[in-house]
Amino acid sequence: MAVLTSDLTQASRREAIAFIFKKAFISALVALVLFSLMIGIRTEAGPTGQLIYWTRFDDLAIIVAVVFVGSIVVELLRQWWGPVGIATAVPPSVQRTLDFAGKAFPPLLLIFAFLVPVIFYDQRYLLDLSILVLTYVMLGWGLNVVVGLAGLLDLGYVAFYAVGAYSYALLSTNFGLSFWMCLPLAGILAACWGVMLGFPVLRLRGDYLAIVTLAFGEIIRLVIINWQSLTGGPNGVSGIPRPSFFGIPFTRGDDGFAARLGIEYSPTHRIVFLFYVILALALLTNWVTIRLRRLPIGRAWEALREDEVACRALGINITTTKLTAFATGAMFGGIAGAFFATRQGFISPESFTFQESALVLAIVVLGGMGSQLGVALAAIALIGGFELFRGFDQYRMLVFGMAMVLLMIWRPRGLISHRAPTVFLKQNTAISAELAREGRG
Amino acid sequence: MDYFAQQLINGIVLGSIYGLIAIGYTMVYGIVGMINFAHGDIFMIGGFIALITFLILVSIGLTTVPLILLIVLLVSMAITSLYGWTVERIAYRPLRHSFRLAPMLSAIGMSFVLMNFSQVSQGARVKPIPPVITGGYSLLESNGFVVRLSNAQIVVVLTTVVLLAIFTWLVSRTRLGRDMRACEQDQTMAALLGVDVDRTISMTFLIGAALAAVAGMMYLLYYGLVDFYMGFIAGIKAFTAAVLGGIGSLPGAMLGGLLIGLIETMWSAYFSVEYKDVAAFSILIVVLIFLPTGLLGRPEVEKV
Repeated sequence: MAVLTSDLTQASRREAIAFIFKKAFISALVALVLFSLMIGIRTEAGPTGQLIYWTRFDDLAIIVAVVFVGSIVVELLRQWWGPVGIATAVPPSVQRTLDFAGKAFPPLLLIFAFLVPVIFYDQRYLLDLSILVLTYVMLGWGLNVVVGLAGLLDLGYVAFYAVGAYSYALLSTNFGLSFWMCLPLAGILAACWGVMLGFPVLRLRGDYLAIVTLAFGEIIRLVIINWQSLTGGPNGVSGIPRPSFFGIPFTRGDDGFAARLGIEYSPTHRIVFLFYVILALALLTNWVTIRLRRLPIGRAWEALREDEVACRALGINITTTKLTAFATGAMFGGIAGAFFATRQGFISPESFTFQESALVLAIVVLGGMGSQLGVALAAIALIGGFELFRGFDQYRMLVFGMAMVLLMIWRPRGLISHRAPTVFLKQNTAISAELAREGRG
Repeated sequence: MDYFAQQLINGIVLGSIYGLIAIGYTMVYGIVGMINFAHGDIFMIGGFIALITFLILVSIGLTTVPLILLIVLLVSMAITSLYGWTVERIAYRPLRHSFRLAPMLSAIGMSFVLMNFSQVSQGARVKPIPPVITGGYSLLESNGFVVRLSNAQIVVVLTTVVLLAIFTWLVSRTRLGRDMRACEQDQTMAALLGVDVDRTISMTFLIGAALAAVAGMMYLLYYGLVDFYMGFIAGIKAFTAAVLGGIGSLPGAMLGGLLIGLIETMWSAYFSVEYKDVAAFSILIVVLIFLPTGLLGRPEVEKV
């Protein structure tokens, strides 16, 4: 009997191995055909303008081999780990520790954020990077209102970012308005654009809404490129005034910030100031969002995300609910844009491409739509990851795209998921994939 | 009038290319119910493969133009359709029963992958080729303005018509077409009646990608260049065409493609070239708002 079982297991094991090899072989074959021309042959315009080509069969061979081995590894991992998605039981003590860590983490992160300029005062690069990260944290939190709370998939968020940036740039260079005057103005203007986009798309849902917002974002960018007399076209706007400390500029002169305080001038002062400005703006976004979630309008957004038809049946005004979501999200995007313009001192349409929208959306999705902490962590992870790939500019977007696909397959609900409605009847039930139909709104 | 006739010809040629891409969008939307965001990039890949095949054929000394065109067409269709199949297999199939945003986001990721893959593997610069099909006819001549119909334009339109005929036959007369229509109506019921749903969906992506490859090759022949970024804008315009014709409707996709091609050409001819993309995107928005079911589409009934 025992012999028979071992024979059987051996037979089934042999079968499994044969299956793995067959699969790997097919994958490698597919890869060979796919990449035969695209990687095996390289074309480039020769010295006379005529296209020439040369072969790269060694690269092709390497890639096909990688696919073969990778396929085996993936299949083995799948067999060892069993089907994906089985929840593992966590002992209560570990769970309690995790809960405590989860509670303690956000305040600690906040304290760390406040101390960043103190710790890294000498490292200009790290300060610049943290300003960039915070800009994306703010954008992510802004888009989170639209996508995470109201469930409206917006692929053109960068349009509002652009509106804010160009508002500040044009108002300050043409009319000499100060940064602090322009900041609310940029927010208001972007919110107006948000309503302008919101009105026509009220009736659209899901995928259609996504495509229309994408088209809207592209229209804004194309208009900026082509309306040369106003925006400078592809050359952009340069010489945008730097921010001042409430009227005191960060210059070397006698009326500069350093001279007034009686300390030695350093260009880092302005960077530190910028850091605290964007930190404050981001926290403002976060605070407003958290407060709004507790207001009737925030409840209405969440209800809209869960089920639009039920919402309408309960007498919630869909029009105002959607428009306020668009306007609020757009406003924060506009404010972030104004900050971006003053930090860079120069803006051009190149900064407002669809890739930027996709990046912010990826931050929101990666963070688990609706989770404030998740968005912040995702922004740190993604922008940090982008920085790691700084030397490989070409491969950056390639890896980003692959990560997006893999993430959707592996954890479609984001790494830190929080989509439960704030209020619920009797008990808080986890929402299953079928019930939570995002994108329907 | 002559100027108008010339623009009409140009618009129809451009519209044929958009129509071929739009069919891929509309088929996938009809069956899987998702916007295949990476389809525009599949079109771009098709253009690249056509270009590379063409270069190889010319360098080994083949000079018969029709033979070259036929081989390029077949190779490009074969390899590109494998791209379509792989994309579905990797990025969409695992997500078929996931929540609704997931395939859309995965498709955006896939679009970035394809775009940057060809940028990395073939370089960022525009790739021009010398005109393959030369010559043409002068149709009308008045006031010194000649309306020309080039051979390349004839080839583009003829190929489109022939492929459409084959494709219509495929969908309406074959077993595969019947399976596709069954899956479009009700996947569960189709599966119960013995239709292999997975295989049918794979075939849909394969055919869509093959048609996109033809569009890519036509683009290469007609404009004489390809670059890695061309899929994005062309993809959105073809999607607009699919929506305009009524998404899910195959004749609608072709009609929408022709209309978008004509509108874009006329807009460039009579208003401004700079804003032609803005015009196309505006049409998308206007159509979705006032005519969400498109010209030939069925109204979508909302069930709770």
